[in-house]
Amino acid sequence: MKRFLTLSIAAVLLGSLVVAAQNSVPEIAFDSTANALTLPNDIYLGEVGGVAANSKGDIFVYTRTGHPTISIGTSRAFAHGGSRLFQFDRTGKFVREFGQNSYAMLFAQQVRIDPQDNVWIVDQMANSVNKLDSTGRVVMLLGRKPESINVPAAAPRGAAPAEGAGGRGRGGLPGEGAQQDVFNRPTDVAWDAAGNIFVADGIGNARIAKFSNKGVFIKSWGSRGTGPGQFGSVNAIAVDAQGNVYAADAGNKRIQVFDNNGTFKTQYTNVGAPAALCITPGPNQVLFSSNSNPPEDIDVAGEIYKMKLDGTVLGKFGRAGRLLKEFGAVNSIDCHTENNLLVGEIGNMRVQKLTLR
Amino acid sequence: MKSSLALVITTTLLLCASPAFAQQKATVQNVPEIAYTVVPNLLKVPPGETLGEAVGIATNSKGHIFVYFRSANTRLWEFDKEGVFVKEIGKGYYGFEFAHSVRVDPQDNIWTVDEGTNIVTKFSPEGKVLMVLGRRPPAVEGAVATTAGPNPPSQKYIFCRPTDVAWDPQGNIFVSDGYCNNRVVKFDKNGRFVAQAGSERAGREPGQFNLPHGLQVDEQGNVWVADRTNNRYQVLDNNLKPIKTYDNLGTGWTICISPGPHQYVFPSNSNPNGNPPGSWENTGEIYKMELNGTMIGKFGHASKEAGGFQVVHMLDCRNPNEIVVGEIESWRVQKLILQSPTSAKTSSTK
Repeated sequence: MKRFLTLSIAAVLLGSLVVAAQNSVPEIAFDSTANALTLPNDIYLGEVGGVAANSKGDIFVYTRTGHPTISIGTSRAFAHGGSRLFQFDRTGKFVREFGQNSYAMLFAQQVRIDPQDNVWIVDQMANSVNKLDSTGRVVMLLGRKPESINVPAAAPRGAAPAEGAGGRGRGGLPGEGAQQDVFNRPTDVAWDAAGNIFVADGIGNARIAKFSNKGVFIKSWGSRGTGPGQFGSVNAIAVDAQGNVYAADAGNKRIQVFDNNGTFKTQYTNVGAPAALCITPGPNQVLFSSNSNPPEDIDVAGEIYKMKLDGTVLGKFGRAGRLLKEFGAVNSIDCHTENNLLVGEIGNMRVQKLTLR
Repeated sequence: MKSSLALVITTTLLLCASPAFAQQKATVQNVPEIAYTVVPNLLKVPPGETLGEAVGIATNSKGHIFVYFRSANTRLWEFDKEGVFVKEIGKGYYGFEFAHSVRVDPQDNIWTVDEGTNIVTKFSPEGKVLMVLGRRPPAVEGAVATTAGPNPPSQKYIFCRPTDVAWDPQGNIFVSDGYCNNRVVKFDKNGRFVAQAGSERAGREPGQFNLPHGLQVDEQGNVWVADRTNNRYQVLDNNLKPIKTYDNLGTGWTICISPGPHQYVFPSNSNPNGNPPGSWENTGEIYKMELNGTMIGKFGHASKEAGGFQVVHMLDCRNPNEIVVGEIESWRVQKLILQSPTSAKTSSTK
């Protein structure tokens, strides 16, 4: 009854914050391990786009760090650097760096580990999804880094990208008709049990692209909008054991669920604006979704929800802030088990290791 | 900008005095000269390395010296009290692009203020990041065009070329912000916004600023702000309400307040960048005064030689008789050993 009421209100106050639902959600007690990662003295994490663990518990962090640079004295302006990929062991001890001097590590967005322990990185500025094997060798590339960037920026400082700006669709709504792996600010990658690849694309486009496990384009769905199967933005993606696709539509403050072919099934509108998703492996899967605060404000949102796959909210934890057990714009969640999470934060430039109680 | 130009012109006309840069000449009278000796080449820079614009300078409780400077990359170096190199902090750190200030808090944490990335960072004494304030403009949004027109509205947690950081005895954090905002912001010790004075707009009323370029907090919790383009210092109470103005000390470049039971205030009327004609005659001195404003003396002058100053950007006064000075030009850090002030000799030590 309560749930029905809340939903009705949400429907009326289209796009509002659905505060009522959040208030009735039980708090999950949790701890955060201090200094979860041990960094060498000359290595610093910047904004953490992604964090993920492999089957051995090794932790990979894809982070915006160093000095993102554009060249001068050239025919066009070329972008370099700005992000790095680090590996730590399960105790958080630094192991090594991957991808030094990569052509396409500009603006770290996400890292995910597939069941074969390949490391997939998504770069929001290089417009690429890069599959590395466990030794760091590039084994597949989806998308391509733009050859050069425009100077000055098309939009003023801090402004959101103009509607459709940079969209490469041929007419129609942004994202609609975007070709194969021509991404525009992609955000995430996931796989189904058959190894099909799903790319959230993302912020510039507003669609989900599906590829076979060989990288053959299968289909793409979605466009900018508010209707079922449309997106304000696709900020994260996750696939369950049945092959259903969960998309974090932060722009519309909802999670949309699709079947394996992109047919809209349902939506969850009671967990704020989701910016990061994770589904646990195993038989009784649960979904974590972060209602991340924007990086420019720590006085709103910030909590992470734990849900059943059918959308039932089991509980929530955390809030925005700078202390341990507070979150600064969570952009990534790793959930290899239901009670042991890794979260990567943009605002606090760190990774927290959480234990839910 | 336009209004400050108009002010400059008005002031110049009114004073009708020495040609350019009269606006920066301090009007305070009969200030005793404090003699000092200088330790030049204080820092032993590692072989093959070069110091750049030494805009940030601070010491910790052990007397270690921290220099936050602009070179090929902006860098932060730690030296011991003899000037022997100890370590680099923040190598390749995302929050370093264009240094502006470094300060050390009572727990020996090191705080950097970077006006290129708009980030204020708290490092542990070992050099690990403990807290980040502000956010670097995302590279994915492309190159930042040179801005024109009015500044966008200030936001609680986003800086626009911030300049300095300080703390009150309770650990509240104060940031001067900066070149494009014109405000002073107070955060609690956990980094949550509490209050601000000023806004994105420059102004001349009490509690408004035009390029707040540095700040310090005294033991009473009052906030002293170097209000540079307004050619003054403003004192605010702990809730950022203006309580006092000093407009007779030239241009408010930077300020240091010594710790301990008897605190001294050191404001700097630094000579301007580029050394325009006449500027060496009128600027370049640092003042020493009591918290209540009573003037004790002044020292220093513009010069490219050791012992003189080339745009003092920051000074450390942990020991009020041993001042460590960081200069923009001449890429230099000097330690000054102050003598007792000799009474009212006219200032002719230039």
